[in-house]
Order: sequence, then C-alpha cells, then structure tokens
Amino acid sequence: MAKNSARDIEVKAFATHQVITQPNPLRKVLRRVEEKDMDDPVGRAEQALAGLSGEFKDWMTTEINRLSAAYVAIRNEGFTKDRRDELFLAAHDIKGDAATFGFPAAAGIAESLCRVIEHAPDLERVPAELFTHHINAILAIVHDNTRLDSLTVSAELNRRLRKVADEYLAHVNRDRPEHLEAILAPSIVPAE
Amino acid sequence: MFRIDFNKLRFLICDDNPHMRRILRTLLHSFGAREVYEAEDGATALEMYSHYVPDIVITDWAMPIFDGLELAQMIRQPESKGNPYAPIIMLTGHSEKRRVTVARDAGVTEFLAKPISAKGLYQRILNVVASPRPFIKTKAYFGPDRRRNTNSAYMGPERRVGEKHEVLQQPSLLDKARSSI
Repeated sequence: MAKNSARDIEVKAFATHQVITQPNPLRKVLRRVEEKDMDDPVGRAEQALAGLSGEFKDWMTTEINRLSAAYVAIRNEGFTKDRRDELFLAAHDIKGDAATFGFPAAAGIAESLCRVIEHAPDLERVPAELFTHHINAILAIVHDNTRLDSLTVSAELNRRLRKVADEYLAHVNRDRPEHLEAILAPSIVPAE
Repeated sequence: MFRIDFNKLRFLICDDNPHMRRILRTLLHSFGAREVYEAEDGATALEMYSHYVPDIVITDWAMPIFDGLELAQMIRQPESKGNPYAPIIMLTGHSEKRRVTVARDAGVTEFLAKPISAKGLYQRILNVVASPRPFIKTKAYFGPDRRRNTNSAYMGPERRVGEKHEVLQQPSLLDKARSSI
C-alpha cells in the first residue's frame, strides 16, 4: 500500500535540487470521525505498557548484568574496539530503557557513563573509579529500587556523578572544541 | 478529527534490544496495528524492508555492525527498486541536538528520543501519516524536506537556489566578528 506508481510522482526541477511530490500513499488509513466517536489509542497503549510493568525489574536486571559483564571484560583484558562498543551499547540501552522500566536515576547515570565513553580522548587513561562509581551506582539503584530510587538520594547520586564526569570531560577535552561543544550542549530531552 | 486505521498499516521495527522490541510491539498492537515485523539489526531490517514493503519503519540508532543511520541511508536510495519514500521514525537513546541533525541529513522523517512514551510514538506516526512532506533530491541528499517551516523572509546562505529567492551570501557572525577586530 505504501508505494505510489511512478506516474503519480511529480518532480519539479530547480537549479540545485528537485522537489518530489506524490499523493499521500497513507491517506487511506486516515478517517475523519466525530469527536464523540474518537477512541483513545494512547490511553489503551499506556494501559498495555502498564501490563508489562511486572517484567520490568527482570528486564532491568538483564541490562545491568550485561553492563557489569562488559566492564569486567575491560578490567580484566583492557580496552579494544569491540569491548568499548559493548560497554557503550550496554550503557546506552540503559540510558534509553531505564526510565521506561521505572529507574529514571539509573538512566541519568548511564547517560553520564555514555558521555565519558564517547568523549574521553583515551579510555585507558580514564580513572577506573569514574567507571566503577557509575556502574556501582546503577547496580545499587536497580538492586535496592524500593528503598533507593524513590528517594532523593538516587537523584543526588546522579547529579554528583554527572558533575564529576562533566568536570573530567571538560578538562581532558580543553583542546578539543568539537567535543567540548557536544559536552556542554543541552540535551533535547526535557528535564523531568 | 482524524483516526488512524492502524490495522491497515504495516510496520517494521528494528532494535537490537529485545525488551525495546517487545515494548514497541505492545504499543503498536494496542494502537490497533496487526502487521508488525521485527528485526534485530540493520542488515536483517533491510532484507525485511524489501520483502514486506512496510508502510512505516521504526528504527533504533545504535546497533552493532549495521546501525539505524546506515539503514536509513540504504532505504533512501532514489534509484533503488524498492520504495525509497517510506517514513522512517528514529527511536533512540541519543539525545543531543547534533544527533538529530545527523539523523535528519540521513533522510530520517521523525526523531523520537527515549524514554519512549505511547503519546510520543502516536504523535510521530500521526505526523507521518497525516502530514507527509515532499521529498528533496540534491547532489548530496535524498529524503523528506528538511525544512518544516516555510519562511519566505529567510535570505540566508542556505536558501535553495531557483525557487522564489536566490542565494544571498551573507558573512557568518564569526566572519563579521573577525572583520570588526
């Protein structure tokens, strides 16, 4: 259904570009309805998501085990591109998933860890404590969720780790303006 | 008001994380979608894209080997036999502005930063279904029009040549600052 035939596609050519227009191939899935006949797909989806929430803690445990294993491999055998990528992807998944799974502070700390991995000029020279503090904090938040993540202590932990990581990154990137700019740029995700 | 008949739409989701795929599938099914295909890497997604001809692609960015950005670039091949026009929604943990720009320049239609929400996903799908943008082809780009707002007063260096206004070269603020020293 998604594709129009070639004869439906109109091409206007200009000096440096072409503008290509076509009838909306998805127009048939749109139906005009009265307000009273509108259902609530978003509400239905939120309910369905809530129905999955019983599994979130197990999913989060899987994610942190992966992160932990990725760092143990690096601690034992050093950084390689593959090990670096695995650590980054594990942290990056937690950054993206943890808030959905009910661990927003863990997401924030994972974001800070991602920034260290992405912007440190030489990962071998990053103080090991910077990695271990981030990873241990995420593990603690997930393991002790009921006591920790609901309290301001996890938010404070997140704030302090981010501050330490940012100070380190600003220092080691002082001669790398493109990284400094990325480090200092605000996130596009609105604050909680 | 408009309602989307999700049961007529075919989705392809691509994410290496099985939990995120499960969440996406759950959300799409509860919106009413029946046909949801899943791939765990970009290469598989590209094969499925050719085979199933989805109406909408939802892809993660960071994946091993062949990522979502490369997937978008592969789909947006104007001479390909497949459909280069399908809407691509990039759902990603990357949340820096420069990443949005890179995704946009790869031909991504909509960008949705994680954490995912039902409302955010629905809104992006509504955008691509109800308000498709024309495609632009230049020497270096093929994809949906990157300019969402038409500003006829804009006369800056990035105005396209040959439409209502020609390019008016203006010195950058940095150049202006340098010349005033």
